[in-house]
Amino acid sequence: MEVFFQQLINGLSLGSIYALIALGYTMVYGIIRLINFAHGDVYMVGAYVGFWATTQGWGFLPALLLSMVVCAVLGMVIERLAYKRLREAPRIAVLITAIGVSFFLESTGVLAVGAKVRTFPNVFPEVKFQLFNGAIVVTNRQLVIMVVTVLLMLLLQYIVHRTKIGKAMRAVSHDAQAAMLMGINVNNTVSATFAIGSALAAAAGVLVGVYYNAINPYMGIMPGLKAFVAAVVGGIGVIPGAFVGGLSLGVIEALVSGYGSSLWRDAVAFALLIIILIVKPSGLFGSNAREKV
Amino acid sequence: MKKMFFSLPNLLMALLLLAFYGLTYAGLEQGWIDDYYKLNLFLICINIILAVSLNVINGMTGQFSIGHAGFMAIGAYGSAVMTMKLGFPFGAALIVGAVGAALAGLIVGIPTLRLKGDYLAIATLGFGEIIRVIILNIEYVGGAAGLNGIAQYTNWHWIFFLTVATVLVIKNFMTSTHGRACIAIRENEIAAETMGVDITRYKVIAFTIGAFFAGLAGALHAHYFYTIQPTTFGFMKSFDILVFVVLGGLGSLTGSILSAIGLTVLSAFLQDYAELRMVIYSLLLIIVMLVRPQGLMGTAEFSYRGVAKLYDRLSGKGRGPGNDTAVG
Amino acid sequence: MILLSVNHLSKSFGGLKAVSAVNMELRMGELVGLIGPNGAGKTTVFNLLTGVYQPTEGDIALRRQSIVGLKPWQINQRGIARTFQNIRLFNNLTVLENVKIAYHQHASYGIASAILRLPGFYKGEDDMSQKGIELLKIFKLEHKKDELAKNLPYGEQRRLEIARAMAAQPQLLLLDEPAAGMNPQETAELMDMIRWVRQNFDMTILLIEHDMALVMGICERIYVLDYGQIIAEGTPAEIKSNRKVIEAYLGEDISHAHGS
Ligand SMILES: Nc1ncnc2c1ncn2[C@@H]1O[C@H](COP(=O)(O)OP(=O)(O)OP(=O)(O)O)[C@@H](O)[C@H]1O
Ligand SMILES: [Mg+2]
Repeated sequence: MEVFFQQLINGLSLGSIYALIALGYTMVYGIIRLINFAHGDVYMVGAYVGFWATTQGWGFLPALLLSMVVCAVLGMVIERLAYKRLREAPRIAVLITAIGVSFFLESTGVLAVGAKVRTFPNVFPEVKFQLFNGAIVVTNRQLVIMVVTVLLMLLLQYIVHRTKIGKAMRAVSHDAQAAMLMGINVNNTVSATFAIGSALAAAAGVLVGVYYNAINPYMGIMPGLKAFVAAVVGGIGVIPGAFVGGLSLGVIEALVSGYGSSLWRDAVAFALLIIILIVKPSGLFGSNAREKV
Repeated sequence: MKKMFFSLPNLLMALLLLAFYGLTYAGLEQGWIDDYYKLNLFLICINIILAVSLNVINGMTGQFSIGHAGFMAIGAYGSAVMTMKLGFPFGAALIVGAVGAALAGLIVGIPTLRLKGDYLAIATLGFGEIIRVIILNIEYVGGAAGLNGIAQYTNWHWIFFLTVATVLVIKNFMTSTHGRACIAIRENEIAAETMGVDITRYKVIAFTIGAFFAGLAGALHAHYFYTIQPTTFGFMKSFDILVFVVLGGLGSLTGSILSAIGLTVLSAFLQDYAELRMVIYSLLLIIVMLVRPQGLMGTAEFSYRGVAKLYDRLSGKGRGPGNDTAVG
Repeated sequence: MILLSVNHLSKSFGGLKAVSAVNMELRMGELVGLIGPNGAGKTTVFNLLTGVYQPTEGDIALRRQSIVGLKPWQINQRGIARTFQNIRLFNNLTVLENVKIAYHQHASYGIASAILRLPGFYKGEDDMSQKGIELLKIFKLEHKKDELAKNLPYGEQRRLEIARAMAAQPQLLLLDEPAAGMNPQETAELMDMIRWVRQNFDMTILLIEHDMALVMGICERIYVLDYGQIIAEGTPAEIKSNRKVIEAYLGEDISHAHGS
C-alpha cells in the first residue's frame, strides 16, 4: 500500500508535466487539426531558458515567467513561418512540416548548446516531508510542480471561458468558417493559441528542470509524444481532458515503474494509446464526428 | 497493343541493371570501390527497400504509418537470431525476418485500420515504440545492449538482387487490379468501398506487404553492420523513412527511389558535420513541404513515354501543355 | 417483380431525424425519381441503401433479401451502384482506370499472378480494358481514356461517375443529382443517355434530381421526400398537381423549382 501511495504522488508530479504539455497539443489540435510535433521541443527550449535565467541568479518565479514569454513568442513565430501557409495543404504535408520543425529545434539546440546534459541550478534546496512515519515521502519540488500546474490550469480555464480571446478560440475551434463570418480574426486567434500552449509547455520545461535537475536538447521527444498520448486519452481538443489524461498517464507510468519494471514504462503509455484509439477514438471526454457523404 | 513481360523497354532496363550489377561487382572485387563507397551503396539499397515498402502503405493506399522502423526491427532481430543463435543459413533467415515482420504488419494492421489520418499515424508510432520496448526487454536478444557479432552475410549479390526484386514486386502489385484497389482507397475511400473494394482487406494487404519488405531491409541491415540495438530502430528511423517517401512524392515509386538515393548521398556528404547535418536536413524538409507539398514526383512515375515527352518539350517540339506523367 | 423494398427506414443524427419511416418499392426495370427540398434526406436514403450509413430502424431488402448490416462493397456486389452528389472520382487515376476499379470485384487473377506477371494477369487486364473501353464509348469518353480524372471538365466528370457505376453492372443504379451544375444542353444529352442505358442494359434506376424538367421528363414514378418523410408518390402528372408537394416547395411552381 505504501508503494501505491508513494507512486501515486510521484505519478501526479510527473503527470502534471504531461498535463501542461498536453494542454498545448490539445488546444492546437482543436483549433487547426495539427499534431504539432514540435511542441515537445518548445518545452525543451523552455527548460533551457529557465536554465539560463536561474544560472544568471534569477529566482524561480522570474525564470518561469521569462521562459513562458520567450516560448510564447517562439510558438507564434513557428506557426507564422512554418504552419500558416499549409492550412489548406494535405494533412500529411503539415505533419511532416511539424516533424521538420521538431528536428530543426533539436538540431539547432545541439549546435547552440551542445548535446551534453546540463545540470539545473538548485533553486529549491530539496526538503523532504515524511508522511506516515516515513513510509511516504513528498518533496517540496513535487509540491511546487503540482501547485504551479493547478494554478496554470485554473488560469487557462479563466482565459478560455471568460476572456474575449478565449471565446474566439472556442469559436474557431468549433467552426473556423463560421467564426470568420462572425468577424473573428482567425489568424490572431491561432497565434494566441500557439502562444498560450507554448507558454504552458515552457512552464513544464522549467518545472522539469527544477525537479530532475538535468536537461538536454533531446529531452522533449519522449515527454512530447507521451503528452500527445495524454491529450488523445483525454479526448483531443478537450482542455479538461488533456489535464485528466496527463495526470492519469503520469500515475499509470509511476505505478508500472513501482510494481513492474521501469523498462516497460514507455510501452505502457503507447499500449494505453492504442487501446483508447480502438475502444473510444474520441478519447474519454471527446465526442464522435463522422465525415458527411 | 498488348503489353508483355519481354517487351523491348523491359529488356533494355534489365540489360542496364545487369551491366550496373556486373561493373559494381568488378569494382568491389578489384578494390576500385573502397569501403566508404561500398557502405553508402549498401545503405542506398537498404533505404530504397525501406522507402518503396513504406510507399505501399502511405503512398499507394493513403494510410498514414509512421512506425515503419518497428517492422525493420523485427526483420533484423528475427534474422539475426536465426543465423547467430540457431545456425540457419542466411537465405532462411531473410525469409523468417521478412515473414515475421509481415505477421507483425498483419497484427498491427487489423486493429488500427478503423483509425484514420492523424490517429492512425499516432497508433502506428505507438506500435513501433511498443515493438522496440518489447525487444528491449527480451534478455535472449541482448536487451538494451542488442546483438553483437552478427556474421556479415549481406554482400553485393544479395543486396542488389533483393533491391531489384523488391521494387519489381511492388511495382507489379501497384500496376495490377489489386494495386489499383489500394490507390482507389487513397483517392476516395467511400467511393472505393461503394464500388466494391473490400477496403479492410486491402489495407491489411498493404500493411502486410509494406512490413514484409521492411523486415527484409532490417535483415539485410543486421547482416551488414554486425550489430543491432533497439535504439537503432526508434522513431527517428521511422521518420527518416517517412521523409524519403514524402520528399519523393507519396504514391510514386520513382520518387521514393530517387529521394532514397539523394538523401543517402546528402547525409554521406554531411557526415563530417553531424550537427549541421540535422539542421540542413530539417530545413530541407520544411522548405520542400512549403514549396512542393506533393513531393518531388507527386504521384507520377518514370516512363519511357514520359521521357520522350519531356525530351520533346525541352527541345521545343512539344505541343500543348506539359503533362505531369513526365519525369518532372 | 419487386427488386427493392424499403420498410419503415429511419436514420437519426443525434437529435435530427434525417429519414423517418420511409417505405418504398421499386419494380424491376423501373425508372423512379426521388425529389424533395434541400435537406429533405434524399442523399441520406442513398447512403442507407448503399451501406455507407447504418439505419437507426427499418429494413432494406434487395430481391427479398435484407442488405442491412452489409458493408458497402458487399452491397455493391449484390447489385447496387451509385454516383455521388459531390463528385467522388479517383482523381489521380486515368478515366479508364476509374472504370476498371468497378471490375475489380470480378478480377480473374490473384495477387501472385500480378506480382509474377503470369499469363493470367495479361489476359485479365486486357479483358478489363476492353470492357472498359466499350463502356467509355457509350459515354463518349473513349478519347479521354488516358487522361487523369481530375483533368476532365465538370460535365465529363459527372458522366464518368455514371459510367463507373454502370461498369459494376448493377441491377439497381442510384444517381444523386446527375445533372447538377450542367447546362441545358448537357442536361438534355444526359437525359437521352439515361434513357438509352436503361433500355439497353435493362436496369432499374432511382434518381435524385432538382431539375424538375428532367425528373418529370424521364421518370415513370416519383417519390417526394420532405423532412425525412415520404409525402407523396405517383406519376409525374399526379405529383405536379399534388397539394402537399406544392406546399413543401413553398408554393413554388415546381416545374421551375431548382435546388442548389
Ligand atoms: N453525417 C451526417 N451527420 C449529421 N447530419 C447529417 C449527416 N448527413 C446528413 N445530415 C443531415 O441530414 C439532413 C438530410 O441531409 P441530406 O443530405 O440527406 O439531404 P438532401 O435531401 O440530400 O439535400 P440536398 O438536396 O441539399 O442534397 C440534413 O439536415 C443534413 O444536415
Ligand atoms: Mg443530397
